[in-house]
Amino acid sequence: MGPVLAGVLQLLALIVALGLAYVPLGDYMARVYSSDKHLRVEKWIYKAIGADPDTQMRWPAYLRGVLAFSFVGVLFLYLLQRLQGVLPGSLGFSSIDPDQAFNTAVSFVTNTNWQSYYGEQAMGHLVQTAGLAVQNFVSAAVGIAVAVALVRGLARSRTGELGNFWSDLVRGVVRILLPFCVVAAVVLVACGVIQNFSGIHEVGQFMGGSQQWNGGAVASQEAVKEFGTNGGGYFNANSAHPFENPTPFTNLFEIFLLLVIPFALTRTFGRMVGSLKQGYAILAAMAAIWVGFVALMMWTEFAHHGPAFDIAGGAMEGKEQRIGVGASSIFAVSTTLTSTGAVDSFHSSFTGLGGGITILGMQLGEIAPGGTGSGLYGMLIMAVIAVFIAGLMVGRTPEYLGKKIGTREIKFAACYILVTPALVLVFTAAAMALPTPGHSMANSGAHGFSEILYAYSSAANNNGSAFAGLNANTQWFNTTLGLAMALGRFLPMVFVLALAGSLAEQRPVPVTAGTLRTEKPLFTGLLVGAILIITGLTYFPALALGPLAEGLAS
Amino acid sequence: MTTREENHRIEKQEDSMSTSTQTPTPTQTPTPAPARAPHSDVPTGHKDESKVGGGLFDPRQLLKSLPDACRKLDPRVMVKSPVMFVVLVGSVLTTVFSFKEPGDWFGWAISAWLWLTVIFANLAEAVAEGRGKAQADTLRKAKTDTVARRLTPDGKSEEQVPGTELRIGDRVVCEAGDIIPGDGDVVEGVASVDESAITGESAPVIRESGGDRSAVTGGTKVLSDRIVVKITTKPGETFIDRMIALVEGAARQKTPNEIALNILLASLTIVFLLAVATLPPFADYAGSHLSMVVLVALLVCLIPTTIGALLSAIGIAGMDRLVQRNVLAMSGRAVEAAGDVSTLLLDKTGTITLGNRQASEFVPVAGTTEAEVADAAQLSSLADETPEGRSIVVLAKERYGLRERHQGELAGAEWIAFTAQTRMSGVDVDGRRIRKGAAGSVVAWVREQGGVVSEDAGALTDRISEAGGTPLLVAVEDSDGARILGVIHLKDVVKEGMRERFDELRRMGIKTVMITGDNPLTAKAIAEEAGVDDFLAEATPEDKMALIKREQAGGKLVAMTGDGTNDAPALAQADVGVAMNTGTSAAKEAGNMVDLDSNPTKLIEIVEIGKQLLITRGALTTFSIANDVAKYFAIIPALFAAVYPGLDKLNIMHLSSPDSAILSAVIFNALIIIALVPLSLRGVRYKPMSADRMLRRNLTIYGIGGLIAPFIGIKLIDLLISLIPGL
Repeated sequence: MGPVLAGVLQLLALIVALGLAYVPLGDYMARVYSSDKHLRVEKWIYKAIGADPDTQMRWPAYLRGVLAFSFVGVLFLYLLQRLQGVLPGSLGFSSIDPDQAFNTAVSFVTNTNWQSYYGEQAMGHLVQTAGLAVQNFVSAAVGIAVAVALVRGLARSRTGELGNFWSDLVRGVVRILLPFCVVAAVVLVACGVIQNFSGIHEVGQFMGGSQQWNGGAVASQEAVKEFGTNGGGYFNANSAHPFENPTPFTNLFEIFLLLVIPFALTRTFGRMVGSLKQGYAILAAMAAIWVGFVALMMWTEFAHHGPAFDIAGGAMEGKEQRIGVGASSIFAVSTTLTSTGAVDSFHSSFTGLGGGITILGMQLGEIAPGGTGSGLYGMLIMAVIAVFIAGLMVGRTPEYLGKKIGTREIKFAACYILVTPALVLVFTAAAMALPTPGHSMANSGAHGFSEILYAYSSAANNNGSAFAGLNANTQWFNTTLGLAMALGRFLPMVFVLALAGSLAEQRPVPVTAGTLRTEKPLFTGLLVGAILIITGLTYFPALALGPLAEGLAS
Repeated sequence: MTTREENHRIEKQEDSMSTSTQTPTPTQTPTPAPARAPHSDVPTGHKDESKVGGGLFDPRQLLKSLPDACRKLDPRVMVKSPVMFVVLVGSVLTTVFSFKEPGDWFGWAISAWLWLTVIFANLAEAVAEGRGKAQADTLRKAKTDTVARRLTPDGKSEEQVPGTELRIGDRVVCEAGDIIPGDGDVVEGVASVDESAITGESAPVIRESGGDRSAVTGGTKVLSDRIVVKITTKPGETFIDRMIALVEGAARQKTPNEIALNILLASLTIVFLLAVATLPPFADYAGSHLSMVVLVALLVCLIPTTIGALLSAIGIAGMDRLVQRNVLAMSGRAVEAAGDVSTLLLDKTGTITLGNRQASEFVPVAGTTEAEVADAAQLSSLADETPEGRSIVVLAKERYGLRERHQGELAGAEWIAFTAQTRMSGVDVDGRRIRKGAAGSVVAWVREQGGVVSEDAGALTDRISEAGGTPLLVAVEDSDGARILGVIHLKDVVKEGMRERFDELRRMGIKTVMITGDNPLTAKAIAEEAGVDDFLAEATPEDKMALIKREQAGGKLVAMTGDGTNDAPALAQADVGVAMNTGTSAAKEAGNMVDLDSNPTKLIEIVEIGKQLLITRGALTTFSIANDVAKYFAIIPALFAAVYPGLDKLNIMHLSSPDSAILSAVIFNALIIIALVPLSLRGVRYKPMSADRMLRRNLTIYGIGGLIAPFIGIKLIDLLISLIPGL
């Protein structure tokens, strides 16, 4: 079996698996967020945190909950790292410097998981499990909660109430993330991923010399790393590390995990707004972009250039032999199109155009299928924009799911789409214009520029993967990337919740023959077109000077 | 609208007059009688009307509006359109930089075309406004300073005051030849008034105190008789003043949808501003220095200038299209709402049916023949000048070949004219006394003459009533005594083409509800014949109001027409309320549009114009954004192929040189504005169809077309530029 066929078969297997999980998981999540009942363990949690899970919140209250919870999370994680040296379970690592601690705290709370540290050389068991792993769960749950609030805004009418943030948060963790992660971790352990609290081992290398390896609760963290679209690896090599991702099967399983919630949430959306077809339309837009990007990536990576590629069967640099070009391409596209940012191969080593695909994938705004929750709300915002332009073309004030897209709604949607381009472009320009940041580049020329463009695209879109090569552990990068992550996460949430509040207050407009049918393939095509054109136009000059210049050079 | 009781013939007739026609009837004719109805409610080829046509566009208007366009360069005016304001700032910047390097032809060329871009945008707006100005000038002529003859409070003597000093509540006298000094209601007398200054219709209309035709408009001229008018509007706020302000666009406020679109365009402009402003450090790193001229050129090409330039022209032209159809929208908001309407309340009379019922058959009672009935019906109707009476004579002629006889032909005949009191007409001739009229009156007459009412007459009239018609009885008294001969079936005649029209509306997702004072049976029959979705029978103004509120509670937008004072609350409640110009001031005040032709059918056109306005905006926005793709393919290789030769592969148009590529993109960007001015004024061609088909069609033309057109346009311009020697 040739490598191309293997890649295609793995892709098909992945699609079948996602297809099988789509309906049960989507419906289950809809039930979780629609149910009135509380589990006993949830009641204990509500009592412990002093929250009333049954009060309905309007959007400002919901937002306050999101921001307050996240702020406390950042503070806690920051202190935990700063105090690591004096706390137990440190594996002997010292406390983290302020700028890096800030960066890492923001990174994990924002579901970005950008890592400017080497996991196995900086973070002990306590920080990894009590700090980072906890945020892996709750940051994903916060994302889903905000998406669910927006869906409620679309589904409800003549009320400003969007649900209860604490209840959504707790249910997301207790009923969705935890149980599935336990199962996933067991599967991973069964397939050879490590799960222990062992110390540092001195291992001899067969070329001579020695290497230090440490163990850890890797499988459990690996499961939520993918399932919650987090991406922060236990080890610096992330999913390329054999302790995290030992076999082709675990590789495919991890891709499945990181895609399954974002895709299935479209089913949850369809259920909650009372029209599964609307969910399918959003799913179709996400899937079309994802499949298209995978196909493009496989094409660029398998395209042979010269004898070295011929022998290797594609661009093998930076890819693991056990995983291969095809599966690495699927992983790279999936991790950049979701806000995961885990890597099983080094995006910097992909062909010029392949690297460009990963950058563009993140720049789309992590919406195809995007992060847990953030993918759905990002895509719905784009749907609102597409509806606004296209809706006018059918001669009506645009409406989406019976809600009019008026001045207020478009204001929030327009602000949303402004945030990440502004962060990516302004920070990248500042890094290029200032004298020192450029010293972090490992390469010169277009590739060096791509490293910085990648870093800010990754941070502002809460992806977290890196174009290997850039030394991001500098005060400049720790600080600016931290800001990009925080603003790129929470500003859009402000606009999403404000939009949700505004939509929830409206009275729905009944569907007639004059209504733009947003469940039809035509609209899906329009949505995909709008996303590609708007993102493409925003980043085309920057991409031209980075990956395009590199990729088109030969 | 008055509450109707359709079985009473004369009331019905008045009713039809209030909604649709001012044809004077014999009983109401003041002297001198107007020559003809100011408008006809005869349908005129619906097939043509179903497409909303556009106004005419004359290229000379561009030249004429040039001074106005330059005047609009004032930054304080420009700042209202964020997109074009950015272009203006860009033009100033490139011009300043060109002065610093006066030898650089490229800088000057770009500057010149940027200025042209701004001027073209202003030109589009100026042309749109210019068309309204012509109309405003005509209106101003009507607003000559009048001298009002004000009645003193005791009402006994008159004083002469300037029209501008009238106050609300003043009573003024107007006699034949006077210009009415202000808006008001007739409180005394009846007169024929020439309203051509406002409606453009030369036939005079009747205005009389009381009822639904009491409103008069300042600036119109009394042709006959004397009326006393109670002023209802302050000078400066009269109908004509508001009309002038509206057509000139002075009162124009941005509509909600326009504001929303502006926000989206502004945010896209910011995104592109960021994309361009962050480019110099990237380019410096790549080793290519970008000049300010090039950056501005890139920015202007990327921001949505096409829609930004044409947005306000589209809005003004939309209002103008209504004005051309003699509809005045009091706000742009109403025009937009018209596009969203999902329920249309249509008055039966004058909108769905012709104003008058017409005779459709003669039904004999047992023992008589159809021909006998026809003959008697014709003879007895000769003295009936009402439209119904005329239709009986016409039917007898057409169906039974009975030549129309004239009253003079029959010697010794005594004609009994139709009156509202007797509700009968007839003739006494050759020893025969023939009568025709409302069932009750004729039955009473037969009994009076000692005759017997045949049994099946009652059954026949009931059958006709149930079928939605109005029965008239024909009776005769001759040597055989007095008896009923038969029944004339009077029927509402549904206007030609209405069924197709309603089918179209259904395809557009609009529900039609027929409003009528008829009983439910009659209403149902007509509703089925006309093909409306629903009907409201025996409608009172309260019923109408309840219906509107019910529809609105379901999230629907409702449009209706009305003219009476008791329609005012419903007109105000409806999302689109079109008041007939013949209506009362209260109705005109309550509605958000006024139809100067007082033609209720126009509601359908108003909806189409509203839709067309929104479609035009959406289509040009899509076109504008789609255009950018080609511009990138022109400009990016031109900027960076020197440092990264691989990027020349993106130069898929094979443009001749970097300078020419950038200039071509800028020129295309400017010319496309001028090229689309006619479209923005005329509106995108609109045919009623489902949303799906409409989206597919417009997306193909303006989306795909918008992607492809600039590739061709830029290439052509580049070819022309490359022909210029020395470049």
